[in-house]
Amino acid sequence: MQFAFNDEQQMLRDSVERFGEEQWSAADRLKRLAEGAEGTARRWAQMAELGWLMLPIAESDGGLGGGPVEIMAIMEGFGRHLMTEAYVSHCVLAPALMQDGGAHCTALLEQVGTGQVRIAAALIEDEGFDVASIRATAQADGDRFKVTGGKAHVEDGAAADWYLVSARTAGVSGEREGVSLFLVPRSADGLTVRRFRSVDGHRHCSLDLVDVAAIPVGAIGGAADRIDAALDRAIVAHLAEAVGSMEAAVAATLDYVRTRQQFGAPIGSFQVVQHKVVDMSVACEEARALTMVAASQLASGGAASSLIAAAKVRVAQCGIAVAQQAVQLHGGVGTSEELVVSHHLRRQMMLDLAHGDRDHHKARFAELTR
Amino acid sequence: MNLDLAPEDRAFQQEVRAFFADSIPEEWKTTVRAGLRLSPENLVAYQRRLADRGWGAPTWPKEYGGTGWTPQQLHIFWSEASAADAPAQFHQGLELIGPIIFTYGSQAQKDFYLPRIISGEDWWCQGYSEPGAGSDLAALRTRATRDGDDYVINGHKMWTSYAHVADRMFVLARTSTEGRRQQGISLMLVDMDTPGIRISPIHTLDEKHHTNEVFLDDVRIPAANLVGEEGMGWNYGKVLLDRERMVAAATAMFLPQTLRAVREAATRRRTAGGLLIDKPEFRAKLAQVEIEALAVQAMVLHLMADAAAGADSGPRGSMVKLRWSELTQQATALWVEALGPKAQHFAALDEGAAPPQDMPLALQGALYARVTTIYGGSSEIQRNIIARRALGL
Repeated sequence: MQFAFNDEQQMLRDSVERFGEEQWSAADRLKRLAEGAEGTARRWAQMAELGWLMLPIAESDGGLGGGPVEIMAIMEGFGRHLMTEAYVSHCVLAPALMQDGGAHCTALLEQVGTGQVRIAAALIEDEGFDVASIRATAQADGDRFKVTGGKAHVEDGAAADWYLVSARTAGVSGEREGVSLFLVPRSADGLTVRRFRSVDGHRHCSLDLVDVAAIPVGAIGGAADRIDAALDRAIVAHLAEAVGSMEAAVAATLDYVRTRQQFGAPIGSFQVVQHKVVDMSVACEEARALTMVAASQLASGGAASSLIAAAKVRVAQCGIAVAQQAVQLHGGVGTSEELVVSHHLRRQMMLDLAHGDRDHHKARFAELTR
Repeated sequence: MNLDLAPEDRAFQQEVRAFFADSIPEEWKTTVRAGLRLSPENLVAYQRRLADRGWGAPTWPKEYGGTGWTPQQLHIFWSEASAADAPAQFHQGLELIGPIIFTYGSQAQKDFYLPRIISGEDWWCQGYSEPGAGSDLAALRTRATRDGDDYVINGHKMWTSYAHVADRMFVLARTSTEGRRQQGISLMLVDMDTPGIRISPIHTLDEKHHTNEVFLDDVRIPAANLVGEEGMGWNYGKVLLDRERMVAAATAMFLPQTLRAVREAATRRRTAGGLLIDKPEFRAKLAQVEIEALAVQAMVLHLMADAAAGADSGPRGSMVKLRWSELTQQATALWVEALGPKAQHFAALDEGAAPPQDMPLALQGALYARVTTIYGGSSEIQRNIIARRALGL
């Protein structure tokens, strides 16, 4: 079990920390958010130069083969500084879905690693988070496929050049057999992309597909396991982001209660306030420990999906509770757009929804441990 | 409180129900259910409609233009309003400064201001909090200096909700620095178009503009705009804070609106195992909040029974505010949960596209609900009040 970063991981962590301080200082946050896609493109190019984008990509796909703990070192910094770049979606989830997916995957992943191409996973339909609960269909058309259906939510899909779309080549919604995975370029005929902004600065989309020409990824009909395994990696990366955000929210709150004077004393001198901050710090410790266990087990190949589901549930609970209390203890100013603390709350709420909310993973945990 | 309605109350209930049957436009309903305020224009329109019916001031005595309703009638009115997805009336004039004016104000103040509150002509905002005076309101530093027949006010107010639409503001300002901090605070009525007032918006986490900073720079008002006696503002202000908790009691009656929205969203939401509303885990969660909402409404009934008997309700207002604010947070959070992944679609980025049903209002409601445990006396302060007033600790 790894509870501390090694030197290399620590250097990575420090590098993200410097980047976050320079590019995403809390004081400039609203300016950064207002820049929208332009600012994201600029920072994405910088991240490519730093080698971060290719870090999670497998060596066999031309990447650096970084594992869950290296990704954790990066994502904590994303969380601390609330960086909105879609690192998990484009650099962790997409490469994991495409790993050993064939020559076209390798070619695309090289461009992902250099920042030229962004790929987002379109897995969720109206029936929610379960990977097998999909109705989109794919029909063979020569050596290609044609996909028809709707994807209700594509995490960070607004700026993607390609979509990884799950669709049925057999079976009915709810069956794991018959789920296949396809690559679809954004410019494809028959594809409609509707973009949305989320309350945390991320940009998502939904998709409508009508007879869209698609390239298969991996074995036809057997993608459910591939998707679950890739989602586990994405989820653990998001947990690290949540932990970074929680720790930053606690640090900001601690600063505030030490300096804010009411009734002639810093509010941190009141026991009711102290106990709340204590509970927040306990929640941080709980989330960090659970995330490190999940990351290091995933790194050694021994992580059970039930552990990752458990971590997803508990970290979301801790993260939301911590961010809510951080706002509460800041009082009115905690709800202001200008102060970063409510941005942590917004991100925690959205992180809960990404790749399955607490309820989904609680039910999944119960099922997996039955 | 007798829940079996007397014949005259039953007739009243029918009358109220008939009024609400066609009073609330469909497009208001999601906003109302999210616990968010309608636009000022719509709220004023609603206030006018009530005023035309003679119901502009449900909690006021008849002599000041109110309805003079019994607590039972008030309860009926709020229940019917809630059931019809009517909004709560904007409270800062009606429930906060209005009662202070009719209790402590001069005859001239009563004659001038009260009718304008009922008619919706005047929108009031509350100039209380300051950067250094939040929970500790007595730390306020805004100064009002007597100068002949005027007061000249200088200071910096914060969290002044709706200052940007208000016609008038009631302000707590220091008229003396002698003695205890609470002494030497006075309550004054200020026209918002008085020279020297500058309003700066505070943008909040729900991306709505409710609240503001207000800078007062040599703002000159007639001394006649002092309410009651100089230096007694703190006492009036304390009455106001109690009144604010009564507002929470009224608002608690509106919790079922949010819960209906949760139920409807869950009835629309498809999940792998059928509709969300049919899932036992979700039903149990919704039932839990509904049960707690019923308990809060029972507390409101108790509070109103005290009011009917003319008894001091002690800290029950604080208790209701505490529980209502927690429940509005839980109910709006459950609504967001019922929307699932679509809660991530806050605003459409493409022309012609629209966010999903209930968005962004449900999420804005959930975010805005975080402020309910902070404003009007934070939950920490409410607990202090209960400890002191109810338990003698």
